[in-house]
Amino acid sequence: MRFSGSSIGLGSGPNLKSADVSDSRYVRPAMIRLDHVSKVFLGTSQPAVADLSLEIGRGEFVTLVGPSGCGKTTTLKMINRIIEPTSGSIEVAGRDALSVPPHELRRSIGYVIQQVGLFPHRTVFQNIATVPSLMEWDPGRIEERVAELTELMGLGTELLERYPSELSGGQQQRVGVARALAADPPVLLMDEPFGAVDPIVRSRLQEEFLRLQQQLGKTVLFVTHDIDEAMYLGQRVAILNLGGVVEQYGTPIEILSNPANEFVEEFLGGERGLKRLALMPIGDSELVRGPVVERSASLAEATAVMDAHHVDWFGVLDGDQLLGWVDRSDLDGRSIRDLDLRPIEMSVSSSDSMRVALDVVVTGHTRHALVVDDGFYKGMLDVESIAGEIPE
Amino acid sequence: MMILGQTTTLFDWSWVSRNLDNIWDRTVEHLTLTGVAIGFGLLFSVALASAALKWPRIYEPLASFSGVLYTIPSLAVFALVAPLVGIGTPTERFITAEVALISYTFLILIRNIVTGIRGVAVETTEAAFGMGYRRSQVRRSIEVPLALPVIMAGIRIATVTVIGLVTVTSLLGLGGLGFFILDGLRRSIIFPTEIIVGVVLSVALAAILDLALLWLGRAVTPWAEKGIS
Repeated sequence: MRFSGSSIGLGSGPNLKSADVSDSRYVRPAMIRLDHVSKVFLGTSQPAVADLSLEIGRGEFVTLVGPSGCGKTTTLKMINRIIEPTSGSIEVAGRDALSVPPHELRRSIGYVIQQVGLFPHRTVFQNIATVPSLMEWDPGRIEERVAELTELMGLGTELLERYPSELSGGQQQRVGVARALAADPPVLLMDEPFGAVDPIVRSRLQEEFLRLQQQLGKTVLFVTHDIDEAMYLGQRVAILNLGGVVEQYGTPIEILSNPANEFVEEFLGGERGLKRLALMPIGDSELVRGPVVERSASLAEATAVMDAHHVDWFGVLDGDQLLGWVDRSDLDGRSIRDLDLRPIEMSVSSSDSMRVALDVVVTGHTRHALVVDDGFYKGMLDVESIAGEIPE
Repeated sequence: MMILGQTTTLFDWSWVSRNLDNIWDRTVEHLTLTGVAIGFGLLFSVALASAALKWPRIYEPLASFSGVLYTIPSLAVFALVAPLVGIGTPTERFITAEVALISYTFLILIRNIVTGIRGVAVETTEAAFGMGYRRSQVRRSIEVPLALPVIMAGIRIATVTVIGLVTVTSLLGLGGLGFFILDGLRRSIIFPTEIIVGVVLSVALAAILDLALLWLGRAVTPWAEKGIS
């Protein structure tokens, strides 16, 4: 969404999934496969995880979400064997995770936890270099890799010689991610990594991390208790109930469109329709051309266009460029070419979400959201076409 | 000061200058007794603390036992150990003294090692395991370094305690700065200079070592926030 001058992000950005992303995942080979996995903790009778099977495709970003006690963290920690499963089998990158020595398995799996867990007695450099040092890379290669990650995570090089206690929460979390990525593991496990930072920093970290993941193509399994975070980040979302029961596993749009059962519905909370809109890029819907005319059009043509659309305004185009708009009351007999055009104050782009379009339609007085990409007019959305995307 | 018609000063500098060699030797003896006690105390404490960390059940009895050792008056400990080891030869006397001194370090050192290591944040060790550290590597490169401020604090307290106790071992004829205190008291006319030298030097020694260890502790834990140790 573009306001004249300033812009705010409202569900816009890299989180939007177009339909083909979710379709292609089914052909991806599994990177993580849990098969009838269970975990019963010593001294308890109720299993934390009863019988869980889950597949995460190569390069896929999956979020695990559920109420506390649903076994989501237990599930995550069984994959890198911080917690040993009671039964079942786990495969990571085609290897039987339960038959390789845990420390070897873990060096190929990046791990980020909520409390970050940076080593307080080691500098930022040493923290990031943890796994490469364990794997005995030569110092030159380690230095190169740390520099690369520092850049990637947007950390200043002046931070490298500091200790973790000298960093802000957001910086610590970035170092935590850099440390997890250091040996370039194909898989990343993240346990509420952004839970401990304030909401503003959190949403920035989320956005950055999504962009990063798209760039790196890691397979990510991300645990959170926050359904909005799960929906925002995950290409697929697994909703867990107590005992590690997978209530639904699908793309955010699938889940919001068709909640599998009452539990999922309740867990999704209110405003399901709006949440779904926030995940749909405008580019995926059909746009109408709307009441627009060429600059060279006659007044009669303009009036006819307004009447056809039952509106009292029209947009003026110069080829693909949207120059501005005219209110019916502005017409004083001058030709359109000579009129002073009103500037387009609010427009949206194809990559914005339908939710953003809805906001523009509701707040703007044209009742239409004009879609403009880099100055080129793509068409417009009216309130009916947006409402049509809200189920029931 | 007038005693029996003789003029003596409270502090006789000429005695000090005449006895510089002796003072030096006693100071070295004092430091040796202390150093050996702390060294072996640390060695045994590390072993016992490791066992307590491995088998948490033995920690309580171990702590209670070293607590009891700590409460026994020092003189009584010497008296208890002496018949077992003997005090005939200088070596036997040295061992008797050290057994007693070492036993005093246990409570502080074992407790500080165990609490220091147990105090390492769970998320830190979990992250370490998650990165692919082995159990022994976590202990060596994560837990021990992070417990250092607490362990160093224990070493400081133990050192100061032992320096005080070493003055008592002079009763066994082992020298140390306690020798001067004892000697000053034993004379037919109490000789304050000698007592003052013994007391002041042992206090100074304790203070200097305490500061030196504080400095050493900070030097090896540059990451720690000031004020912990």
